[in-house]
Amino acid sequence: MLILAARRFGAMIAIMAVISFILFVIFESDKLGVAGKVLGPYSSLEQRELWLEQNGYNEPFLTRYLAWVGRALTGDFGQSIRFKAPVADLLWPRLGNTGILALCVFALMIPLSLTLGVLAGMREGSWLDRTISFGSILTTSIPEFASATFLVAIFVFKLGWLPGTSSMTGGFNPVELVLPVLVLVLYDFGYVARMTRASMAEVMTSQYIRTAVLKGLPHRQVILRHALRNALIAPFTVIVLQLNWLLSGVIVVEVFFAYKGFGKLLYDAATFGDIFLLQACTMVAVFVAVFSQFISDVGYTLLNPRIRFN
Amino acid sequence: MATVESTAASATPAAPSRLGALLHAIGLLRESRIAMLGTFLVLFWVAMALLAPVLPLLDPNTPLEPFKGPGDLARDGETVFWLGTDHKGRDVLARLIWGSQRVLVWATLATAVAYVVGMLMGVAAGYLGGWWDEAISFVANVLLSFPVMVLYIVIISALGASGANIVLAVTFASAPGIMRIVRGLVLDLKTRDYIFAAQTRGEGAWWIMLVELLPNARGPLIVDACLRLGYTVITIAMLGFLGLGLPPPDPDWGAMIAEAVPTGAFALHAMVVPAMAVSSLVLGFNLLADGLREISLRD
Repeated sequence: MLILAARRFGAMIAIMAVISFILFVIFESDKLGVAGKVLGPYSSLEQRELWLEQNGYNEPFLTRYLAWVGRALTGDFGQSIRFKAPVADLLWPRLGNTGILALCVFALMIPLSLTLGVLAGMREGSWLDRTISFGSILTTSIPEFASATFLVAIFVFKLGWLPGTSSMTGGFNPVELVLPVLVLVLYDFGYVARMTRASMAEVMTSQYIRTAVLKGLPHRQVILRHALRNALIAPFTVIVLQLNWLLSGVIVVEVFFAYKGFGKLLYDAATFGDIFLLQACTMVAVFVAVFSQFISDVGYTLLNPRIRFN
Repeated sequence: MATVESTAASATPAAPSRLGALLHAIGLLRESRIAMLGTFLVLFWVAMALLAPVLPLLDPNTPLEPFKGPGDLARDGETVFWLGTDHKGRDVLARLIWGSQRVLVWATLATAVAYVVGMLMGVAAGYLGGWWDEAISFVANVLLSFPVMVLYIVIISALGASGANIVLAVTFASAPGIMRIVRGLVLDLKTRDYIFAAQTRGEGAWWIMLVELLPNARGPLIVDACLRLGYTVITIAMLGFLGLGLPPPDPDWGAMIAEAVPTGAFALHAMVVPAMAVSSLVLGFNLLADGLREISLRD
């Protein structure tokens, strides 16, 4: 078990190293372009070359890459061009804001999708199953920007109940979180519910459930004590991997509602050409994605003895 | 019910001909109400996209009269804005239908390119194995580690927003997933007798991969392609919404929403209508994929 976790961890580090190198090539192989972005479009060639010299850009490419990795590992991502402040100072509060958003989404999505998935999978083909299945296809077919549009049209423009932007200008306001959280939950719960349903349906047809039913156990007990334990292994990995999807959705939702989170920061950095900020944001996003993959792999092995003891 | 089964049974012997197989498949589709709804939605938008040049539409890029509601008459008393106009006074119906053409053309192109790349990677990894498999799988794992939206933003902001770059970005994001599916299918198929027969005949590796393996892996791939088409429609509209998509002023569903939201209080229809269009097209592809999967499981 430990060996497997160590091997997965090694693979994670290898992937992070490769990705950081690819990103460094994409962003920094054009040295003069970097200087132009830092000094502005009206800087002269001499100024740019002086800046490159002063900031160690005339070292060999590999040396520069290793120095960059070293600084990044100690939390120094350089200066943001647009905000004229250290990238790290910008990054952490924004990550915190997105963390609040993600926490609310998971707190709502997990109970909702597991309950619906189990209810649908308990009796495959029943009207409840078909309704839940259709509902989850419907909500996963509506992309975040479209469902945000519908919800804003109803709750902001028609009813006037909720604010249409979530920039939190007047301090933290939970009411401004309602629409972003709702949009993300709507898009994401369907997939987890479908996975839970498939897993539950498979367990319900297995021999040991039949045995439990035949020996006369009450239906409640068959479901709660026997079926659920095995049916929830697969959804666990799906929920952890959902972080990767959530990161994508978060960008759109934060831009839509002007929420000052990590996704909006990444988007603004990309559209403004703030390359050091964009580098840092991309690395953080990839780290979250790769780390959640690692957790889901290890967790799945821990939860499923058939894999653990092989 | 009995008649349905008897026709299905009598249709089976005709299956060897291409037309017969197609009719058989349509017959099966008709049994699933979900698949029928999906087919209808997809065909509706395909028809709109094809008919866009012949329909009596207003020009989609000309500013006429701003903030007209759905069904309002223009000042000339004759022209009807069936779905109203947007904040710049452009006809929403015309933009919607021309937008359907744009999104369908680019989504199909991008998915097709991603499929060609993904299938070649998958069949090579699965059939050649060994070193090839290691290398291709590693590349796929690296690309799959990116949150998709981050990958799109990095590619588009590095290369600029254009149709070709969207195709490239979709290929980078989708080909690894397609590769995994194809690889799994090929690993299963390559132990079949007809592959050994081809090897004994002395066929080359590429012939076996492209002519013997890929066509036999098509079933699950068709379902996956439907899902991916829907997802690519979302991607293109989402990039349009973020201002990273196909260049203006030609109508783009995502950009239509982004432009209409700030003035939503005066022209709610201008933001709701394109959002409904995207959702219905994606729903069509997803329902079709679901129906096809159900049918393929039944056989």
